[in-house]
Parts: sequence; structure tokens; C-alpha cells
Amino acid sequence: MSAVTQAALLTGRQARQGARIPVFMVMNLLQPMIWLLLFGQLFRSVIEIPGFAGGADVSYLEYLTPGVVMMTAMGGAAWAGTTFVQDMERGVMDRFLASPTSRGALLAATMAWYSLVGCGQALVVVGVAWLGGARFPGGGAGVLVTLVAVALLSCLFAALSGAVALLTRQQEALIGVSQLLTIPLMFLSSAVMDPALAPDWIADVARYNPFDWAVVVARDALQGFADPGTVWLHLGLLAAAVGVMGALASLAFRAYRRAL
Amino acid sequence: MSAHPNGSAGGAIDNAIDVAGLTKTYGSGRGARTVRALDGLDLTAPHGSVLGLLGPNGAGKSTTVKILATLSRPDSGTARVAGHDVVRDPAAVRRAIGYVAQRPVTDPMGTGRENLVLAGRLQGLGARDARQRADELLERFGVAHAAGRLVKTWSGGMARKLDVAVGLVHRPQVLFLDEPTTGLDPEARAAMWSEIERMALGDGMTILLTTHYLEEADRLADRVVIVDAGRVVATGTPDALKDELRGDGVTVDLGDDVAAASAAAVAARVPGVVDVAADGPTLRARADAGATALPALLAALDAAGLGVRAAGLSRPTLDDVYLRHTGRSMAAAHRASAGVEAEEVAA
Repeated sequence: MSAVTQAALLTGRQARQGARIPVFMVMNLLQPMIWLLLFGQLFRSVIEIPGFAGGADVSYLEYLTPGVVMMTAMGGAAWAGTTFVQDMERGVMDRFLASPTSRGALLAATMAWYSLVGCGQALVVVGVAWLGGARFPGGGAGVLVTLVAVALLSCLFAALSGAVALLTRQQEALIGVSQLLTIPLMFLSSAVMDPALAPDWIADVARYNPFDWAVVVARDALQGFADPGTVWLHLGLLAAAVGVMGALASLAFRAYRRAL
Repeated sequence: MSAHPNGSAGGAIDNAIDVAGLTKTYGSGRGARTVRALDGLDLTAPHGSVLGLLGPNGAGKSTTVKILATLSRPDSGTARVAGHDVVRDPAAVRRAIGYVAQRPVTDPMGTGRENLVLAGRLQGLGARDARQRADELLERFGVAHAAGRLVKTWSGGMARKLDVAVGLVHRPQVLFLDEPTTGLDPEARAAMWSEIERMALGDGMTILLTTHYLEEADRLADRVVIVDAGRVVATGTPDALKDELRGDGVTVDLGDDVAAASAAAVAARVPGVVDVAADGPTLRARADAGATALPALLAALDAAGLGVRAAGLSRPTLDDVYLRHTGRSMAAAHRASAGVEAEEVAA
């Protein structure tokens, strides 16, 4: 049995669990709607600040949508370690580790599931923004590239959350990831505000923020690929970050086993 | 029966489990107190046998099972399971074993059938085989009526049966059961015992069972290994272990610990009474001829002014074996380990 088949089977398990608690997915979508509709209204006039990215051609809702898409993906994947914590609290994780199940498959299943959820939610967010009057010249190709970025960002944070879960074995630590890490990352980026108008240090930090890489990709793609070089560069950076975090998360399995 | 690929490995060929000189120390980060969980543990289990690993909490039973199931690595010593070294070839060991942890090994948000099918497929069964095997096991463990319900709605006894079924799904050569009946009510425990007996008889599987229930080891195990503080203190068939103890067990209930301690001093001077120990409010001893020793003992206690609540004679039990080899009863060992835990919490 290949690790890929195992990963597919375990993704199926996650999907069944997710489908049985639909309230989580609804809650996960409630927050982006609040961002989109409330933020979108409240800060509508920031685009009138001279020098705001896109200028008069782009409404604030159009500017904000890729940001909200990525906030939803990151916010969801930050909880990915919950499955590991629950499996470790019971003997499920130990049973997997004492069987031919590959650690990579355990990790890949979580990453795949949160990518799928993130993509589904991204489509809803883009759809609601469209109903709200936003228009995306990037069209189908723009949405497709956005979904690739969503999947990569989801994998990155799912791997991070899984690693934290394996190292700490505590749900509380995941609250730390989702509250203390994701919120600063959101605001140290171009998600809700053009960093060119923020203090220089914020723009500098944003350049190294993987969350911002995903936002930059989605925004350029949805708005019609004005700068394809930037899109490919940031997709490449995201993919590399996923590789590094995935490797670190596999190492976290070793740390968990040492604690047994 | 297929040939064993590692048949050249000398004596190991006859044993499904072969453990020599296993040590494992846990270092606790803060306070730098290290705990020696295993201190040179040896054990063997022939193919097709049921080995009972008996001891109080903290004796090293779960640590042993975790090492044999490739979850944890020993500091030193060797362990072979189904002919494979657990450190050098963990992948081969994992294909050969089933592992039922002390905690539940099923997913509460999956149905019974889903749990079994997923476990079967992860172990390498094809989709149809896994479904067939799942139905077979659901039937055999008498939980088929609940197969389509989420496991979180199952009773404790039913869920524990499912745990064992999950461990069996791929027909392992060696099955590890870590305290399979702890926390079950007596009825569910009796049902689980019958299941384990059936498995041991029918499937030719080697079973390593840890327990702190003496009657469980007595009933199920072909051979018992008594573990205390990370070492084996006695090993043999339950009957042989009991036969080593000559004569009858004598118990006298004195109502409180202080009286029992005084009574122990008195009893030690009564002719024909040996192996005297105070176990809480109870005095325990052995006598070659209980029928004559007990009246003499009661007379001596009466003369010393110690009031007796109840007294009795019994054939030796595994508890007597345990007492003989460790100097305390299982119940006392449990009280002690509970006390240590309370102390650690308070510290």
C-alpha cells in the first residue's frame, strides 16, 4: 500500500469527520463574510487615499477579496493540528504509528483536507464579493491561480499546526497559533491595506510574510495578471515554504515518539 | 504456516517475542528527576501462547509494550517480535503486529464499520477484503447491530471490543493488548475474557496481555511474568507459580493498620505460620497446615489483646505469589503508586 493511497484514505476520514460537524464549516465562513461585508463597507473610502494600489480602477471590495480569501484559508488551517491532538489524547495516533501507516501520509492527509476546505471557502468568498459588485478581470484563470495559492497557504499552516500539535500535544497551543500568529500576519500584509501607505517597517515585514505572498498572488491573478513574474515568484516561494514546513513537521513526529 | 525469514537467528525462531536486558529511562525536564521505567527486563513468549504481563501501575508494563510495538526506543537491550528486531527493522515488526493501547484506539467520530475498514486498508488490505473482514469482526464481537453508529455513542464495553477488533483486522502474528479490561464493568470484562480466550484458541496468534487484575492473568495467560519496578520478579505458568507457595494463605482482618502491624509481630512467633506481612488493616501469612495454625494464631492474637474481625484460609492465589516476590500485595502496590502520583501533583 503506497503512502499516496494511505493519504487518500486518511483524507477521506477527515472529510467524514468534517461533514459530521458542519457547524464548524459554517462558522469558518461566517467570519470571512463579516470581514468582507463589514470591512468592505467601513473602509470603502481608503482607496481614495492618493497612492493606494490600483487607484480608481479597483474598488475596496475588489482590493479586499483576495485578502479575505487568504485570511479564511490561514485561519482554518491554523486549527489543523486539532485532529492530531485528539488522536494523541486517544490511542489513535499510537495505533497509526505502530502500523505500516506512513507519517508522511498522516501529514499529507491533513494538508490535503485543509486545502480542499480552503478552496471551497475561497469560491464562496469570491462569489459573495461578486454578488456585492466586485469584478475580477482575471476570470477563470485568475480564480484557478488563486486556488493554487490557497492550497499552498493551507498546506503551510496545516503543517505548522500539525507540528505544534505533535510537539506540545495540547489544544491550547493551537489557540496560540491561531490567535497570536495569524492575526499579526494578517495585519503585517497587504490583505486589508496597501503597505505602501503604511510605515516602511510594515512594508518590509510584509515582504517576508508567506501570508502576504499568497495575497499578492491572488490579487494580481484576480485583477488580470498585470505582473505574471510576481505571481510565479510568490507561488514558488510559497511552495518552498510548504516544503520546509512539511519537513519540520515530519521531524516533529520523531519528537513525539521520543516523548512516548 | 509460512517459513520464518529470520529462521537463522538461533533460539529466536521458537519465540514470537524475545526480549533481553531491556532498559528505558525517562528524564523529566523540570526538576531533572529521571525515572527508570525498565531496568533490565527479560521475557519470551513462544508462538501461539498468551503471555500475561502482570504488575501495578508504573511497573513498566506499558513501556515494554510500547517498545515492542516500535513506538518507543529502548536505551539498551534487544527485543525481537515475530523474528524482527524492533529497533533495526521496525517496518517489518509493524506489519506483523496488532496494537491495542491502554487508551481507546478508535475514532469516536467514525462509525464502527468505518473504523475497521480504514484500519484494514491502512494495514494493506484491499477495499473488498477490508469490508469483508470488518463485517466478520463486527459479527464475531457481537457489535454488528451498532456497526453504522458513531463510536462515541457506543458503551464502554462495546467500544473496547471494537478496539480489540481493530487490532485484529489484518490477522497479526502477534497482538499486544495493553490493559484490555481496565475500566470495564464486571459483565463487560467477562465478555472480553471469553473473546480473548477464543482468539487465543482459534487463531494461533501470540498474545501479550498486560493487566493489573490477577484473576485476568490467572484465567487467560499460559505464562505469567510478574513485573515490579521495571524488572521481572517471577515467571511461570499461573499454576506453577502458585504451587511454589506451599500450604494455605491465612488472612486476618484486624480493622485498622496499627493493629495489623502489632498482629504481624505476634503472628511471626506462632509456630507453623510463615511469610507474615501486614497489608493495610489485614494480616497476611502462609501456613503449611492452615487448619491447625489458624486456631493457634487466633489464640495468640487474643492473648495479645488484639480484636479480630474476620479470619480465613485460602488456596494460594496469584496475589500471594505477587506478595511473596515483591513483599507487598497488588492492592498495596496500587495504593503506593497512587500516593506517589498524588505527591507529584502536590509538588
